[in-house]
Amino acid sequence: MTSPIKVDNLTKRFGEIVAVDHVSFKVRKGEIFGFLGPNGAGKTTTIRILTGILKPDEGKAFVAGYNVVEEPVKVKQRIGVVPEVSNAYVDLSAWSNLMLIGELYGVPKKERVERATKFLKEFGLYQARNRLVRGFSKGMKQRLLLCMALMNDPEILFLDEPTSGLDVESARLVREKIQQYNDDGKTIFISTHNMEEANLLCHRIAIINHGQIAAIDTPENLRLQSMELQYVEVLFNKPIKKEELMHHPEIVKVVPAGNKIRIYTANPSAIIEFVVEFAKKCEMRILSLNTMMPSLEDIFIKLVREHRENDFYRTD
Amino acid sequence: MTFTEQIKRAIAITKKDIKIYYSKGPVIIFGLLFPFFLFLAYTIGREISARELMPGLIGMTVFFTSTSIGPGIIPWETRSKTFERLICCPVEFWAILLGDMFSSVIFGTMISIIPVMFTLLFLGLDLTSFIIIVLSLILASLCFSALGVLLSSYPPTDIPATAMMLSSLVKFPMVFISGIFIPVERLPYWGRVISSISPLTYFTDITRHLILKNGYYMLPLDFLAIVLFTAFFVYAAIKMHERTLPQRIS
Repeated sequence: MTSPIKVDNLTKRFGEIVAVDHVSFKVRKGEIFGFLGPNGAGKTTTIRILTGILKPDEGKAFVAGYNVVEEPVKVKQRIGVVPEVSNAYVDLSAWSNLMLIGELYGVPKKERVERATKFLKEFGLYQARNRLVRGFSKGMKQRLLLCMALMNDPEILFLDEPTSGLDVESARLVREKIQQYNDDGKTIFISTHNMEEANLLCHRIAIINHGQIAAIDTPENLRLQSMELQYVEVLFNKPIKKEELMHHPEIVKVVPAGNKIRIYTANPSAIIEFVVEFAKKCEMRILSLNTMMPSLEDIFIKLVREHRENDFYRTD
Repeated sequence: MTFTEQIKRAIAITKKDIKIYYSKGPVIIFGLLFPFFLFLAYTIGREISARELMPGLIGMTVFFTSTSIGPGIIPWETRSKTFERLICCPVEFWAILLGDMFSSVIFGTMISIIPVMFTLLFLGLDLTSFIIIVLSLILASLCFSALGVLLSSYPPTDIPATAMMLSSLVKFPMVFISGIFIPVERLPYWGRVISSISPLTYFTDITRHLILKNGYYMLPLDFLAIVLFTAFFVYAAIKMHERTLPQRIS
């Protein structure tokens, strides 16, 4: 099985709104695939279709080799899901939640008990296992959801913004566990707002906006596609006006950033030479000089903006 | 995935429902207190023998207890997002609803067996009649549980109180047309026609046959009617909930 998740022309409408608009992509086995997009971009709807909760209006999706519309139960048996909103039973204890999920996935009792004990210990919830989930913090609930998603030893994990709103410690633990379970061979599909998280975890990223895929690539290739977003960050020993630096043809824009100046360019080496010459000419000293690659956030904003503009021209 | 495996998963849902919903306030109010006081209001000040009261009491108990949980579970679970959790588990949709129905059946049977036992022990009921009443009680509980789950399908609300109130709009008129307070044979013709479309009529008729020896319909017809109503309610509940599912999780 080369593509545990294969999506072809997937479309979902809610009345007039097209939540997912002819989306196609493939996720490779053992990959952490990031799904990035602003609120309302179609991330959760896509995950709900892939996990068999919603039916698409058009297109096909195969998960773990099964068509999600024709054989949803077989798909669900092979996946684990951590939804956007915590949905453990708050009137049950952590232990009862895990036992229930184990039973719903048909895990034999002995394995249920072994797995629940293992995961509760791994995620630091063992001492709280008999407490009602109602009294859990958000971080504890999120860790419990991950335990629940792992109870059936799934081939594929779907995580919908798994670290959203978590404290730093819980978020780091969740990320470590995602990495660990990926190292163990699980394919992971993760939607997130957190660019740093996507950068750290994901082998490839799809950027989705208005229900359409704007780009799919590795974080590095996405950066290479946006070389004009590179910048040289320089700090002189005295303040200057940004207009004084705008005389080089390779400079795209100059932006003040605190006491530093950011010079955006596709050719950083030429700009470094220019800045050094400029400092000599103006009898200034350079206190610091750095070449910065575009951040994933810069690329995301650029792609989403371009996508919106394209949409505008298409509909105009 | 086999049918047996799905039934096992439905039973897991039943166990969960028992743990969570049996002690919920609306279940106690709509399932126990309300019918109890309704029954008191009917009996106090009337000169009716205990034996004559029993068919109505048993009928009302099984009807209210079996329909008290079903209308609330799915709105409760929609609100807490746990319904989405169940949907993303490898359980067929019918098995999820069946699990909810089973929990109502157990609740209804457990409570309703009390007046049946009282009849057996204190009012003189033969063993065969007792067994037939218990079997019909289980069948009627399933029928009314399915009705309860069906009543929560539309509108697809996430407010349990709304679903409970709306279901009461159907439940209360049914009690008055089903031979609980006035035997079917004493109803006018139009009343008998209306009472024939209520499954509670047939269960009350079974208890009247076995306790008072004066049922209106033939006993096999009573059973057949309850079986047909059950099949219809189960089918309609599955289809209606399938239709409203996207509205519940969007």
